[in-house]
Amino acid sequence: MSGPRIVYNEGYLDELTKRVVRRALLKGVAIPGFQVPFASREVPMPRGWGTGGVQVTASVIGPLDTLKVIDQGADDTTNAVSIRAFFEKVAGASSTTRTYEATIIQTRHRIPETPLAENQIVVYQVPIPEPLRFLEPRETETRRLHALEEYGLMYVKLYEDIARYGHIAKTYDYPVLVNNRYVMAPSPIPSFDNPKMHQSSALQLFGAGREKRIYAIPPYTDVESLGFDDFPFEPQRFEQPCEICESIEVYLDEVFIDDQGGVMFVCSDTDHCERTLTARDHDRITEVNA
Amino acid sequence: MYVAVKGGEKAIANAHALLAKRGQGSADAPRIDYPQVQNQMGVLVSRVMAEGSLYDPELAAKALLQSQGDVLEAVTLLRSYRTTLPRFGITVAVDTVGLPAERRVSATFKDIPGGQQLGATFDYTHRLLAEELETPEVATSDAQVDEPMPRVTDLLGADALIERDRPEEGWTDPDPSDLTREPTVFPMSRAERLQALSRGDEGFLLSLGYSTQRGFGNNHPFAGEVRVGEVEVEFFAPELGHAIPIGRIELTECQMVNQFVGSAEQAPQFTRGYGLVFGRAERKAMSMSLVDRTLRHQEFGERIVSPAQDEEFVIAHSDNVEAAGFVEHLKLPHYVDFQAELGLIRSLRREFQSRQNSAEAPSASTDTRIEENA
Repeated sequence: MSGPRIVYNEGYLDELTKRVVRRALLKGVAIPGFQVPFASREVPMPRGWGTGGVQVTASVIGPLDTLKVIDQGADDTTNAVSIRAFFEKVAGASSTTRTYEATIIQTRHRIPETPLAENQIVVYQVPIPEPLRFLEPRETETRRLHALEEYGLMYVKLYEDIARYGHIAKTYDYPVLVNNRYVMAPSPIPSFDNPKMHQSSALQLFGAGREKRIYAIPPYTDVESLGFDDFPFEPQRFEQPCEICESIEVYLDEVFIDDQGGVMFVCSDTDHCERTLTARDHDRITEVNA
Repeated sequence: MYVAVKGGEKAIANAHALLAKRGQGSADAPRIDYPQVQNQMGVLVSRVMAEGSLYDPELAAKALLQSQGDVLEAVTLLRSYRTTLPRFGITVAVDTVGLPAERRVSATFKDIPGGQQLGATFDYTHRLLAEELETPEVATSDAQVDEPMPRVTDLLGADALIERDRPEEGWTDPDPSDLTREPTVFPMSRAERLQALSRGDEGFLLSLGYSTQRGFGNNHPFAGEVRVGEVEVEFFAPELGHAIPIGRIELTECQMVNQFVGSAEQAPQFTRGYGLVFGRAERKAMSMSLVDRTLRHQEFGERIVSPAQDEEFVIAHSDNVEAAGFVEHLKLPHYVDFQAELGLIRSLRREFQSRQNSAEAPSASTDTRIEENA
């Protein structure tokens, strides 16, 4: 046999597969928060490492796009680097670490601190798309519960948390009600990020590769975090500012700095931290010169 | 400190270089070439092809070398390649009756038309570890067996002792939905389940099949027939108007004969469990047929009492590419979620402490309080 045996299509997935994914995406956009089954393909990274997000990105990315990939809010964590390198290799799109420059942001576990705009798509990597999964393990059953809009199980769970701990003990993957109809798993973003989903200007797409589900939130859709009148949803807050860029009201990572248990709190969003720091230094220089 | 999470790019490149070095072993060790793997580790190659859902011994051998013998990695490599291949159509259902069996055994009848044939098997070998491998001369058989080998289940079927393998006369086999191309939702058809089981993890199916033999979903199996051999694959070409052979593949098929069922309207009959796997894979084919039969409980109105009967439990967890990936993803950073949990547990502990303190302040009897809470 002459020529190489192993050849891959532009963007890795074949064109028919991209169409399959796009159809599922369109259905997802039409029914916000509804989990659309799709014939998830294998991609060259392990299941559970963002294969759903990769398929969604591969299906919407074009040569004019600019891609940003973050994991835990950071552009330079190993898996984010690996996924960005994959798209640099198989698709013609350019990449960036700047949130405002990106047209597509693939993310695991965070929403950037920088407010998103209308020309942007956020692609979430989703491990468990079913918000009711740990309350009812059976797909056949949870599908029925969604169809009947029967979310009593979820409210009982939240109530039991309050009875036991005095709080809703859910700090990430905090369930939301989308467009007043479907209860949806926002993927394991911290509850801190939940309010950013509400009435977002960006299109939000969710890909769960191993579980073979796609769902979406169109721009300017109501996304309400579940709660009760007397115990409303409360996103987590940090009392201290970032110790590098001094930002407040941002999500912080706790980093050990010595072996005595000393810690410092720094921005989880590395792009936000860098830009804030640069801008602040610039201001200081301007002040000194003035 | 903060640099701990930086430098991903360089770290990855270095890790890959180190991995390649480990794969080579000592620098002067000769590299194994893929034809050696393909020829001398045939059973392993079969497993990678079966669970990788791609019949290509050459690529499976290459995948095994690239993965340094990590079978699940090799399966993942093959799957990620396979999924990019275009699908031209569906082949004609393979005819395992016509398959010239290299091996064919039945545990239900001593003498069967076509005879029993041991073939290449580990059965009856003494498992004594050898220093050196020998390849003795293989005696050439004096008479080529031309006798047809009908399936044992077809022999039983002639007397209606076993359930039919299709609903009724005049029934045409619908095109099976393709698990890899169409979304699967539970409950699945048997055809979809069989696809999933055929590419499922051998170890997982072995354990589940075994569990049904130990009382967790009893189905009284007999190995009606196990056969291994090469079969011709035909593809219907519309331009030509007839099917053309496109190659040969090696298969292992297992027909399990199971406990009978009957009702007021229907005479008692044995039931079937089916297994079909690429290459030499008897253990897998047998396990698959045990699990297939167990998952058919609904057709026979059997009570669900065991994990192996639960379709969602079995099928959703049988794929080792999915299982391995998700278990191993726990190695990925989870700083953000962990931070959220840290915040919550700290505030819960603070609240607990202040409750403790205010309870102690008016010197109430803390002993009884603890008892009440216990």
